[in-house]
Amino acid sequence: MAKYTLSVNNKAMSVEADEDTPLLWVLRDHLNLVGTKYGCGIAQCGACTVHINGAAVRSCQYPVAAVGAGKVLTIEGLSPTGTHPVQLAWEEMDVPQCGYCQGGQIMAAVALLKTHPNPTDDDIDKLMTNICRCGTHYRIRKAIHLAAGKMTPKAAKV
Amino acid sequence: MIGETVSRRNFLKITSIAGGGMLIGFNFLSDNLSAASVADAVFSPNAYITINSSGLVTLMAPNPEIGQGVKTALPMILAEELNVKWDTVEVDMAPLDPKFGSQVAGGSGAIRGRFMPIRKAGATARVMLISAAAQQWGVAETDCYAEDGFVINKASGKKLGYGELAAKAATLPVPADVALKDPKDFKIIGTRVHNIDNKKIITGQPLYGMDTRRPGMLYAMVARPPAFGKAIKSFDDTETRKVAGVKNVVMAHGVVAVLATSTWAAKKGRDALVTVWEDKSPGESTADHDAQYTSLIITKSDRPGRVDGDVDAVFAKGGKVIEAVYELPNLAHSAMEPLNFFADVKENSAELYGPTQIPARMRQEVAKALNIPEANITLGMPRQGGGFGRKLQADNGVEAALISQAAKAPVQMMWTREDDMQGDYYRAGAMYKMKAAISADNQIEAWHLNGASLGGGSAMADSFPAASVPNFRVDTHSLHSNIQTGPWRAPTSNIVTFADESFMDELAHEMKKDPIAFRLELLDKAANTPVGKVGYDINKYRSVVELVAKMSNWGKGLPKNVYQGFAARFSFSTYAAHVAEVTNTNGVLRVTKIYSAINCGRVVNLSGAENQVQGAILDGLSHALFSKITFDKGAVNEKNFNTYKFMRQKDAPIEVLVQFVPTEDAPTGLGEPALPPIAPAVANAIFAATGKRYRKLPFELGKA
Repeated sequence: MAKYTLSVNNKAMSVEADEDTPLLWVLRDHLNLVGTKYGCGIAQCGACTVHINGAAVRSCQYPVAAVGAGKVLTIEGLSPTGTHPVQLAWEEMDVPQCGYCQGGQIMAAVALLKTHPNPTDDDIDKLMTNICRCGTHYRIRKAIHLAAGKMTPKAAKV
Repeated sequence: MIGETVSRRNFLKITSIAGGGMLIGFNFLSDNLSAASVADAVFSPNAYITINSSGLVTLMAPNPEIGQGVKTALPMILAEELNVKWDTVEVDMAPLDPKFGSQVAGGSGAIRGRFMPIRKAGATARVMLISAAAQQWGVAETDCYAEDGFVINKASGKKLGYGELAAKAATLPVPADVALKDPKDFKIIGTRVHNIDNKKIITGQPLYGMDTRRPGMLYAMVARPPAFGKAIKSFDDTETRKVAGVKNVVMAHGVVAVLATSTWAAKKGRDALVTVWEDKSPGESTADHDAQYTSLIITKSDRPGRVDGDVDAVFAKGGKVIEAVYELPNLAHSAMEPLNFFADVKENSAELYGPTQIPARMRQEVAKALNIPEANITLGMPRQGGGFGRKLQADNGVEAALISQAAKAPVQMMWTREDDMQGDYYRAGAMYKMKAAISADNQIEAWHLNGASLGGGSAMADSFPAASVPNFRVDTHSLHSNIQTGPWRAPTSNIVTFADESFMDELAHEMKKDPIAFRLELLDKAANTPVGKVGYDINKYRSVVELVAKMSNWGKGLPKNVYQGFAARFSFSTYAAHVAEVTNTNGVLRVTKIYSAINCGRVVNLSGAENQVQGAILDGLSHALFSKITFDKGAVNEKNFNTYKFMRQKDAPIEVLVQFVPTEDAPTGLGEPALPPIAPAVANAIFAATGKRYRKLPFELGKA
């Protein structure tokens, strides 16, 4: 067991955990931030996607000891009122079915839009690799395009 | 947290009338109510609807929500008949209670079974509120109408809100029979309403069984047999008990459970167990199953599912006979939320909370396993991260309850993905031999399906093209196996449709007929000269075939490298027809577009309904492209998503376009029917693109 002070959603949080504990379980079991989901534990499905210093990582394979001073952002901290443009696009497209994977999908989409503000379908194909068993892929693709439109002034598309 | 919904409503004395699940009768003047509460009177003419004096309308969603959208759609039906604005109502998940009728998520049955009873429940409340207003104003009920949460006096234009009328309405007798709205006046049914939990989902709020957190709760993980046929012989938990956070190790339900203060500690403890397994029955391999299928599908069944005419006599004539063998793998359910359950078992009572499609049966089985009366067991239903039929089994809840009982602690049972995938009740694999005779005048004279499956049925006897072919026979065989199998989204249809609709396409090409025109020709035959029982509605079947042909501009004006395939299926009282488009880019195939026409009666929630169809299509496509479970001496080879593969965005069609046949008919099933025809539609498109016939799933297109 070791003590860690993590920056999670812009708050300093202290936890005591084994150093090999995946960040996923620290978030869920120690910090009660259960919006980050467990799906596979081997970084395949992306349900556990969070951001560390703005980049998407799969927290199920990210040991707490490796977080260090990295700023962790979870789905709960994405926006104070749930009105991040990607969240709004998800709502507008009515993406979720069961909803379980959608937090991870949204975090992956937010990261994608940071590097590709006007993503092509090809970009989405390459960078959205999360699994959804309900089959919301079509609506996710449309929601990402919609969010890009919300986030990027028209001039940027020229 | 979990019990709140129940306790808040405990004072509602609601009696149920036997039969049909429709509940009428109320008595809000419970002994427990204080005078102050009476002033804040609640009008609740049945279990589904509560209106308080401030006008807040709370609607109960009675069926488990597994992603099929009934937590939104069923309350929509209530709100429609109640005449309230959708965005003003609060929706709560109902607890398990007989007064809510059959609380099951399965068989695409929730909307189908509840449409009329739920409409009546809503209409009853509306009629009583109108009566209350009419009495208050001293006018006839016919001089009043209800709209958007108010009753309005036609003559004076005066309005009274439902909240203002709640106390009065609560004193009125509940009418036995009420008039339902004319569907032309529907304002909510048929519109696009978003998933009721969207806001909570997109902000990551606790919604799922997996998110349950209770004081003193321990996380439990279980050491499961490494193969079917094996059972625990002995174990040594010395190392397990040294793991920080591990609190207990118990034996229950034939398994060893490790209980700890966190999931990670439970997993480390479980992994540190030294277990010895013994063979109880022989471990089976997929190769053995395949060998058995191969011999069974050339063997007649003692009890064929359907026999019209004499297929053997036709085949013996020596005309043109076409044969093909189709193979389908076993599949896992793999809901994104792995199995879990919360249980807090006390001396003679228990609290259960977790994902299940069969809450009532779950409680029965838990009661039996614990030897505690059902009446002393509460069961709450969270939103569920998928179901697909896996949670029609009660093992997750029973196991949690037995472990809680043994450990004398509140327990959150956690299944890892590997546990989930190796401990499934699999969609049984199957093999089919299809054989048809084509007459000299280029008609199908005989059709013979012979199917074998690891478990359960492998064919539906009366499916199309039955009744359109003069000589028709269906034989099925089921293996006896120690591998667990069970219902998986669109049971039986999800296997046999691949054989039926692929073979239909093969015959069309063989006969040089357009695949869609060929189906329509057979439907005409079934209509004009039916042979035996017709097990489907010919006009409804035709409606989806024709609509999807139109939507897809079938066979016309396609870009040079785009190819189409067609398939259709009738299941769960709904008709589904798809056209899949495959694009061939320098030899690399991708399914780029799907058109889908559905006849499911009246659509309740247009957004939710489209989402179900799009989802069933992508779910079916994902499995058709990638997924299979194989066994090696009883052990599951594919243990996680690295080997049990699913579709990613790069494999998904860019467009999935859905249209519903406009109809006034009552709603039918929708969670499942769009899945079965997608695999053959894609196989048929691949044939159009390449001339290669894929008769085995998954396609694994990337493989040379």
